[in-house]
This record gives sequence, structure tokens and C-alpha cells, in this order.
Amino acid sequence: MYAYDELDRTLINERVSEFRDQVKRRLSGELTEDEFKMLRLQNGVYLQLHAYMFRVAIPYGTLSSKQLRRLAHIARRYDRGYGHFTTRQNIQFNWIKLAELPDALAELAEVGIHAMQTSGNNMRNVTSDQWAGVAPGEVEDPRIWSEILRQHTTLHPEFSFLPRKFKIAITASEHDRAAIKIHDIGLRLHKNADGETGFEVLVGGGLGRTPFIAKTIKPFVAGRDILSYVEAILRVYNQYGRRDNIYKARIKILVHELGIEKFAREVDEEWRQMGHGALTLDHSVIEEVRSRFSYPAYEKLPHMPDELKQAAHDPLFERWRKNSVAPHKVQGYSIVTLSLKPVGGPPGDATADQMDAIADLADKYSFGEIRVGHEQNLALPHVAKRDLPQLWKALDRLGLATPNVNLVTDIIACPGLDYCSLANARSIPIAQELTRRFANHDTADMIGRLHINISGCINACGHHHVGHIGILGVEKNGEEFYQITIGGRADENAQMGALIGPAVPYAEVADVIEDIVEAYLALRDRPEELFVDTVKRLGVEPFKERVYATR
Amino acid sequence: MTSPLEQKKIRITGPSVVTANRTWDGAVVYRTAQHGWSTALSDAAIVSTSDDARALLAESAADDVGAVGAYIAPVELKGRVVEPGNLREHIRSKGLTIDLLPA
Amino acid sequence: MPLVKNGRIATDLFVHVADGAELPGDGAVLISSARFLEDPEAILKRAGKTGVIWPNSRAVDDLVPYLDRLAAVALVFPTFRDGRAYSQARLLRERHGYDGELRATGQVLRDQFVFMSRAGFDAFEVKKDADADAFAETMKRYSVFYQPTGDGRVTALNRRMQLRHSESAGQ
Repeated sequence: MYAYDELDRTLINERVSEFRDQVKRRLSGELTEDEFKMLRLQNGVYLQLHAYMFRVAIPYGTLSSKQLRRLAHIARRYDRGYGHFTTRQNIQFNWIKLAELPDALAELAEVGIHAMQTSGNNMRNVTSDQWAGVAPGEVEDPRIWSEILRQHTTLHPEFSFLPRKFKIAITASEHDRAAIKIHDIGLRLHKNADGETGFEVLVGGGLGRTPFIAKTIKPFVAGRDILSYVEAILRVYNQYGRRDNIYKARIKILVHELGIEKFAREVDEEWRQMGHGALTLDHSVIEEVRSRFSYPAYEKLPHMPDELKQAAHDPLFERWRKNSVAPHKVQGYSIVTLSLKPVGGPPGDATADQMDAIADLADKYSFGEIRVGHEQNLALPHVAKRDLPQLWKALDRLGLATPNVNLVTDIIACPGLDYCSLANARSIPIAQELTRRFANHDTADMIGRLHINISGCINACGHHHVGHIGILGVEKNGEEFYQITIGGRADENAQMGALIGPAVPYAEVADVIEDIVEAYLALRDRPEELFVDTVKRLGVEPFKERVYATR
Repeated sequence: MTSPLEQKKIRITGPSVVTANRTWDGAVVYRTAQHGWSTALSDAAIVSTSDDARALLAESAADDVGAVGAYIAPVELKGRVVEPGNLREHIRSKGLTIDLLPA
Repeated sequence: MPLVKNGRIATDLFVHVADGAELPGDGAVLISSARFLEDPEAILKRAGKTGVIWPNSRAVDDLVPYLDRLAAVALVFPTFRDGRAYSQARLLRERHGYDGELRATGQVLRDQFVFMSRAGFDAFEVKKDADADAFAETMKRYSVFYQPTGDGRVTALNRRMQLRHSESAGQ
């Protein structure tokens, strides 16, 4: 965990006071909505269909139990008793009253949580691997760098009014769990031939109306230079990114229009002129930030404790363990994913009671720490293996042990037309229906890894382009229709899915998805071949034939 | 963003209301014939000509402190009962559809 | 439109001269970049001070040769959402060493003051009277700053390092 010091605390309190003043001026009529809109957006406040929606940052997906309890309190005291975890390590509350928001923010600030730059045309919450610091084989803990970037991008005086929003993600593992290739800047920590730690820098990824996979702009930027290099990218973007058309304003369009080589030359020239200035990170500065991350005092524990051997006789426990428990870098410990995708539930939602209970379990079993992943699930990052059976029982009682992590019912979905003023179609009910269709866990296991991503509009908050199966809601003559793509992925081999055929109406979506899955089961050359690999091998056609033959 | 008032070519094809979100709490509200806002669709002023719609919208948008983002929304009249005219307005008026789905 | 300079509401000593209008023989003038670039040397030879309004869509490089002879540069915020002039301001101050008046014009509102000041602006043509009146108070909103800019404010990181240093020296 990163521990805020007095300066961090002072800054977020000052931000709360500023926002309190802005809200006061809005409610008194001193500010018009047009003037206030950007101010509220800079602090995570949207106006949605039913009410204001409030998005709170969970930087690089790390939460303490104390912070999670406070989020539960916010849900209960200021909202309707639940929150929604998003695809960018944020939590959203759907029914917040503007007049009460400053108080909610002040309560969050007490535990070191803020909503700064969770929306608006600025640098958004810096995200990272939810297993950062605990995954085996990591180059180093990417959260050190995430925190350095979080601070640097917070209330940045030059880049708070960019052409459009700007998202940075960091990974330090070979397997990318942070979806860095669909970010404006993706950073991959690695060591160069001299053993020096630095970053491969990718730029210009993003989904939405014009999706692009990020391109490598520089294979290696030393850690000490990362702030200046990112600043150079932002300066080029701030000056030359398009401002005439909101749909062409993201950096991906600038990179595309200039071409990556020319864009890279512009950035290099700016970077050269910046020189080795105040942004160069001395070793001591990096160590200062590193020193404020605390790590658990792990015990020396056996690889296979008796408790685990005994519990292995229970097939339900074993099913869950195989599905939701991942190896930890320290022997005797595990990373446990908590599925927020119960059968029939809205993906990514957690009630205040669940949040409180998870906080208690984190205290008991995970050194008080919780992680939030972009797949809209939570994780307990430091669970002793001997505690797994007890933890499983507790999670099961709370509805948080659905053994479907990475399976067909582990669906990513945006809030869709049930909440969102931009949406054209509903997302959540589609997800709910699919979880019912595939409720049988044996079937889901047999299908294997399969990511379904659903967005209710082209803005792609549900990352439909990079779902193994992507579902995009559109509107046709006042009716909800859904375009379906297959073969997308968001990991180190990220790519966009391909359209499988004409859009289908709301009532037929689940049938079509079932047909696609059945086609896959018939087409895969062996049970281990994942859905996305079968699509890669065969292309869209055989799927299209089977699915649309009878339609 | 274009203010709704600048959209001179407002044309309605059936009975309509003006709806917005209340500024202080964000609640869905409808413009009433008494020049105020109500959370009940049944209280909404109903307009049936484009001129009336434009006038009601202009009056509503002028009350920026009271409510935000006023726009014209279609309704259906079923006898004396006013119903939302499309799915989006149905959701805004009646709430989430999620619980309404068959189990 | 009130002008805030050096933290206070001040009289604007510069006369805005429109492109077609005749330049007065002396006195401080503020003119467009187009007019200035037509014949910079002639304009700079005038008795009075020269200020140039520089658009946010043109690189400041073209202004650099004249910076040491300019008394004011006004950068433009066509809307408060358009942040290009923040980059221009930092480049003028931090890269090109410009130390004359750097003025923010256009949609200049209270909630941008801290950002503008940090980017190097020291004069503000403020849209609303109430915002101009609130300038000094608004500038006190923040005492902690994460990014190093050329404004001289000590960053959080520097304060931490100093603290570390004094702690280890005291041991």
C-alpha cells in the first residue's frame, strides 16, 4: 500500500474545498451549467439519466480495508446502497445529490481517496495490473511508477485542458492484465540489455468510434526519464491534437494522421529541447516514493498446507480454487479473485454490505488489502493458502465465490441505457440473461476461457472491440439492436474483433451468443484450444455460416 | 454544445413534455404548466404543437438554477394517463429495467 | 473586463489597437500577431511599449526573435476548454526565458487562475468582475504542488526530499 503523507492529504483537502466552493457557486446561480459542467467533470461528476453519477478513483487498483469500508459508507449514506466497479479501476455511484457531494468527497479524503480527473479532458486515473507487486515474475512493482505518474498528472497546470481525455496504463508482467494496448499511453516495464529498468512506451491506443491498438513509440525509456518523455508526448498532443471535432480529438487520431514515425520525431524533438531538467527522476526520488509503499510481513509457509489437502476432497471448493485462485510470488500465499459476476447479477456491482464484509475478510486474510481489476472483479492479493477453505466459505455466503473468473459469464459490461445518458441500448440485462444461459458451471468450464464484453454505445466503455465476443448496442428506429464481433482481445496480443454479421434485436442476442459458443465447441480442434484461438485459426466465416444460416 | 434553444427547427410529431434533471440532486423532473418542475410525469405540461414545444423549452432552459439539460421528450396519452414515449424516457421515469426482467 | 496584474486589479496601460486602426505615435499598444509580423522592426521602433496578442494555433517560435523587445505577450483562451495557451506560456517562460508581462485573454475565469499562474501568466483579462475580485483568495486555494514548472513554487517531491535530508542530518 502507498501511504499518503501530509502533503498528499493537504492537496486532496484543498481540492475538496475548491469543489465545495464550485458547487456552492453553481447552486446559487453564480455559475451556469455550461460553466460548471467542466468543473464537475474534472472531479468525476456526470449527469446521467436518473441523477448525478460520481466516479471515484482507485489508483492502480489498490485499496485498503479502511478505504473500502468508507466506499461502503458512501454507498449507504449518500447513495442507494451499492457501487459499480468500472473497467478503469474506478467505482461509480449512481444516485449522488450534487448538494451532498462536497461532504461525500470530504469523507473520502479522510481515508486518502479522491475523484480528481476521473472524467473530463485531462489525465485520468493511472491504472495498472491488479496483481502488481504479488504476481510471480514481475520486473518490479509497477505501482511505484503508477504513483509517480499519479502525482505528476494530478492538477497538472499545462495538461488539465487537453483536446480530449487521456489514459495511461502500466504493466510489469509479460502477460498484460492492464490492457495497455488500448490506452492513450501504455507503459511496459522491462529491463534492457544492460539490466537497466525502463519502459517500452506505446501510444495511440483506444476504443470508441475509431478503435486503434497502441503502437510502440520508443522501445526503451529509462525509468529516470519517464516523466519527461510522457510530458513531451503530452505537450505535442496538447498543441497539435485536434480540437475541431470531439470524435477526432483523442491522441490516437493525431498519431494516425501524422503516422507513428512523424509523431515520434515530434516527440523526440520536444523531448530533446526539454533536456535533463526538473523532470529527471533521481534514484533518491524514486526510492522516496518506493519507501512509502508498505508490503506485508509474509510468514514462511508451506507450499501445500494440510488445510488445502483436506479441502481438496470438496469438489465445490476445488472448482472455485482452480478457477479463482492464482499463484503468488511468495510461497504459501495466493491471489484470490472475487467474482462480481454472480449469475443474474449486474456485472461489477457490489453492495455496501458486501464491501464491508470484503473489508473484514481482507483484514482477516489479506493484510487489509484489496485490489480492483479492469475486468470488474476484486481480488485479495495476499491470502495464505491454509486460509483458502475458510475464505471460500465466507465468500460463498456473500455471493462472491462464483467460480466463473475468465469464463463465459465473467462479462464486462458498461452501465448501458439503464443508467447512462450516452447509451443507445441496454447492456446489463443482456449480461444478466447470458449469465443465466450459461449458469451451469460444468458447461462454462468445458467452454473454457471466453471474455464477453458489452457496450451500450459506440463509446465502448464495455470494451466490446476487445472482447473475445463483443456486443455493441445500437439504436435502429427506436429499437435496441446489437452488433456482434468475435476474435478481439485486450492482452499483450491485443486486437479488435471482427463483425460477424448484421445486428440482431435485443430478444435474440442471447440465442446468437449461444449459437456462437456452440459453433466454437464444434469447430475447436481440441478442448484446450481457446475460443479466441479458434477464431484466429479459422476466421469469422465458419462462425458466421453457423450462426446466420438459420436466421 | 448547441443549446437546445439554438435548435430552431424543433419539430414534434406527437404529444410531448419538457424534461430535465433537477440541479441540486439530479432527480428527473418535468416542466409543469405552473412554470415549475415536478418529479411526476403526470404533472407535466403537455404540448402538441412545435411552437408550444419551443416556447416551453425556452422557458425551461431559462431556469438554469432549477434544472439542467432541458429537452423535449415524447409521451403517449392513454386516456388520462401520460406514459413515456420511448425506452429511454421509460427508464428515466420508471427506473431501471433490470428488475423487470424475467428471472 | 477587469485586468488583474501582480495579484491586484490594475489599470490596463496597454491600448488594444485593432488591425485597421492607426497606431498612436507613443504609448503602450497591444496588437495582433498578424499586424506585428507584417513589419516587426518598424513597430518595435515606436516610442511606446509593444504587446502582441498571439493566437494559440501558431507556434511561439515565430515570436522568439523579438521577445526581449516586447513588453507584453497576450495568449488566447477562445474557450476555457482550449488549453493550448498553457503550453505556449510555459515555452515562453521556461524555454525562451521571456520575462515581460504574460497575459491571459479570452475566456478567463476564476477556476483557471492557479493553473495559469503556474504556467507563467502574471496578467489576466478576467471575464467576470466577481472573479477578478476573488483573485487573491483563489490563489490561496492550493499550497501543495506536484509538478515542477518555472513558477518557482517548491514541489511536493522537493519538500519531501528536503525533509528527508534534514531528518537524516539531525540524527
